[in-house]
Amino acid sequence: MKNIFQECVKGIIKENPTFVLALGLCPTLAVSISMINGLGMGAAATFVLVFSNIIISMIKGFVPNKIRIPCFIVVIATFVTITELLMKAYSPALNRALGIYVPLIVVNCMVLGRAEAFASKNNIWHSLFDGIGMGIGFTLALLLISGIRELAGAGKIFGLNIVKGFEPAAVIAMPSGALLVIGLLLGLFNVIKRRDK
Amino acid sequence: MSIAVFLTIFISAVFINNVILSRFLGLCSFIAISKQTKPALAMSFAVMFVITMSSIITWFIYRFLLIPFNITYLRTISFILVIAAFVQLVEMMIRKFAPALYRFFGIYLPLITVNCAVLGVAVLNSDMFFAQGKAVPASFLYSVFQAVCAGLGFTLAMLLMSGIRERLELCDVPKALKDFPLGFIIAGIMSLSFMGFNGFKF
Repeated sequence: MKNIFQECVKGIIKENPTFVLALGLCPTLAVSISMINGLGMGAAATFVLVFSNIIISMIKGFVPNKIRIPCFIVVIATFVTITELLMKAYSPALNRALGIYVPLIVVNCMVLGRAEAFASKNNIWHSLFDGIGMGIGFTLALLLISGIRELAGAGKIFGLNIVKGFEPAAVIAMPSGALLVIGLLLGLFNVIKRRDK
Repeated sequence: MSIAVFLTIFISAVFINNVILSRFLGLCSFIAISKQTKPALAMSFAVMFVITMSSIITWFIYRFLLIPFNITYLRTISFILVIAAFVQLVEMMIRKFAPALYRFFGIYLPLITVNCAVLGVAVLNSDMFFAQGKAVPASFLYSVFQAVCAGLGFTLAMLLMSGIRERLELCDVPKALKDFPLGFIIAGIMSLSFMGFNGFKF
């Protein structure tokens, strides 16, 4: 039981997919304009990650080694399609805000990376919790980045005005701001990592 | 169909909505392979080729398979499968018929399958040039042209970035920012300058 707990926790800080493994950065940057978008993207990616991890660890025994990547991609694409349809039905506004980045979860290197590096080698339970942990880590990273960008770029948190008389730096809400913020955050994580050693 | 539309697509895809700097597609390869100019150029040409070809293929699939049978929700699955199969095919053919080219592209060709720029442009084409389940007039030409321009935009960003990073090798930079973090910050500043093209209208 303790082992499973570790699988879950490692994705949050020690092997955080965004800051430590540097996986799946494209959607992270594109959707992190507001925290709502960040949360939606994180939830969608977590859903895909958890279920594709489960299925892949189930089929790992009888998928020939040579065609495993295409098989994994089909499994992932199936869950992405399910997410797309669910999002269109229940939250069309979020679907419009995330735009083409929802179908692009298929090529998110984080999902395929976990399938290849973890789920294809471990049993269902471990894969399930690995997926949950990684998903939470990804969501937290998204919330951190989008929180910084929404606060500095629009003066809001979750769409609510919180600072009065503050002139927001619009550049942070623009694409270049995303790149600057993630560059500085990665640098910060490097400093923290070095101090730990 | 007019020249102005093509010009708008060109300016928009290369500068304003540059695949890397504004849409954030293909960031992984952009950051990972932009340390030197030559591999960066090889990667860009490979990406440009694959984006163009896969846009052509996915246009036909969308127009003649997914729309008539009313199964457009299978877009993601069918596109990614076709792109993966196509990249594999190209790799085998190039290895067989043009070994020199194969060595030039090296490992970058298979990597392109998971480059989100390829799927991203295909999805974007099917969003932009199909309306209410029908192809807009000249939709095929627009799609292919937009794919070529997106590839050009990728090449432009890649060349600029690798040029800067080659010079940067000789500079003394803060240790914590070395490599990836600095790459993102440079890309951020580049993206800022590309914003100057915003509001370019015809």
